[in-house]
Amino acid sequence: MTLTIRHLTKEFPVPGKENITALSDINLKVGNKEFVSVLGPSGCGKTTLLRIIAGLDSTTFGTIELDGEIIDSPSPQMVMIFQEYSLYPWRTVRDNVTFGLEVEGMKKPQAREVALNYLHLVGLDEFAERYPYELSGGMRQRVAVARALAIEPQILLMDEPFGALDAQTRNKLQKELLEIWEQTRKTILFVTHSVDEAVYLSDRIVVLTPRPGRIRDIIVSPLPRPRDRTSPEFARIRRYVLDLIDESGKAKEGLRGQTSTL
Amino acid sequence: MRSPVPLLLPVLLIVGWEVAAYIIDNPFILPSLTTVIPILLHPFSAEYTLGTGSLMDNAAVSLFRVASGFALAAVIAIPLGIGMGRSLFLNDFLDATIELLRPIPPLAWVPLALAWFKIGFVSIVFIIFIGAFFPILLNTIDGVKSIKRTWVEVAGTLGARETQVLGKVILPGASPTIWTGLRVGFGIAWMCVVAAEWLPGITRGLGYLILYAYNFGQTNVIIAGMVVIGVIGILIDQVFKAGERRWFSWRSLDR
Repeated sequence: MTLTIRHLTKEFPVPGKENITALSDINLKVGNKEFVSVLGPSGCGKTTLLRIIAGLDSTTFGTIELDGEIIDSPSPQMVMIFQEYSLYPWRTVRDNVTFGLEVEGMKKPQAREVALNYLHLVGLDEFAERYPYELSGGMRQRVAVARALAIEPQILLMDEPFGALDAQTRNKLQKELLEIWEQTRKTILFVTHSVDEAVYLSDRIVVLTPRPGRIRDIIVSPLPRPRDRTSPEFARIRRYVLDLIDESGKAKEGLRGQTSTL
Repeated sequence: MRSPVPLLLPVLLIVGWEVAAYIIDNPFILPSLTTVIPILLHPFSAEYTLGTGSLMDNAAVSLFRVASGFALAAVIAIPLGIGMGRSLFLNDFLDATIELLRPIPPLAWVPLALAWFKIGFVSIVFIIFIGAFFPILLNTIDGVKSIKRTWVEVAGTLGARETQVLGKVILPGASPTIWTGLRVGFGIAWMCVVAAEWLPGITRGLGYLILYAYNFGQTNVIIAGMVVIGVIGILIDQVFKAGERRWFSWRSLDR
């Protein structure tokens, strides 16, 4: 399943002033079970980009296509995982995971069984009957991942899902996410402002410039998996990406759309 | 051991009451407790209530009236509140009118109720309806507006249709606040029924009982009736509070 973004531009109206361009001419193809990160400073429109892809916001120009079909409302093939805790506090952990299945019309007993499988995948079998408020931030995001996976989408859209977590939990969840990705073979489009996170996780890193958000560069990661954060190779890539972000602040008209291979 | 402080004032009041009743020596102004308690000890006997039906008979009549007006208010206010919480147009369309009607005390509607519905059950239910309607409506609107946008968007990306979002996200998400509205609404409805039963031509109910007892100078029956009105009010409020703890504890625990 291939996600194709063509000439995507998003403008926000400002009363009495010129429109603000949040995203400008974004072109990107994602698919083939790869892990792609969208990296940029806050305010570069990366969350807006993901929301448009998820069908939650509209474009000003350009199109989003999924295997050639234009997306303008949420598609069951793509599920979004939000940064803030998005679990339903009145449902147990397990019934949070069954939500999407119930919506599809699956009977509750069967949905609960499926939910348990996915809770097992994220290591939370024992917490099935707990409520979200009894869980730590990291555990809640695991539930959100299980809930998204349960409806078996082809593509996961993740909006800084670990942004609110402490560094240790964050690293742990990144590792777990890679394991889940390898087991379930989903395409993942992952938005983050953390260079380290993007380099650790991704096959490709899409670097956005701030205001308006344009694609500064797309870096194909040469790092083998599993990755070692302390290796010199890792440090080299991280340095390269950091330099790119620094530059993009200075020279806005960068080498747009260029693809680097290291 | 629990602190005895909360019981101190009630005990003092009862003792003071008895002393005052002894000094005043006029059961029309202040009857001795010894004339009130026997009435309360025989809630099912009509002998103690001037032949107007027992305390419990009258309480049942009042409760039925309140329940009818309250149910009607809930059935209209909850869907309307959900609509107003979800639709900016509906909110803008109705808000000014509601703000205009809301400050009018339910009892100010009595003459109109009589003009429209004549004396009887419908008029009483109408007054109670007015009393319960606004707290239920306003709390429902608040509850729906407090729904996190992310909750709705998650449902959308998981494939939920509009009606499913309503049933699986909006309604459960807003239900603690709606419940608070029901509790407040019932409290006001219970206050309204007593006054509404003073309408001419009403011959049963706790409100009627205490006014009837006044006409006969039976202050002990008035006080017994007031005690029953108060106790029923507390009991029902406790039922609502128990429901809140049982079903909606997630709201106070959620961070």
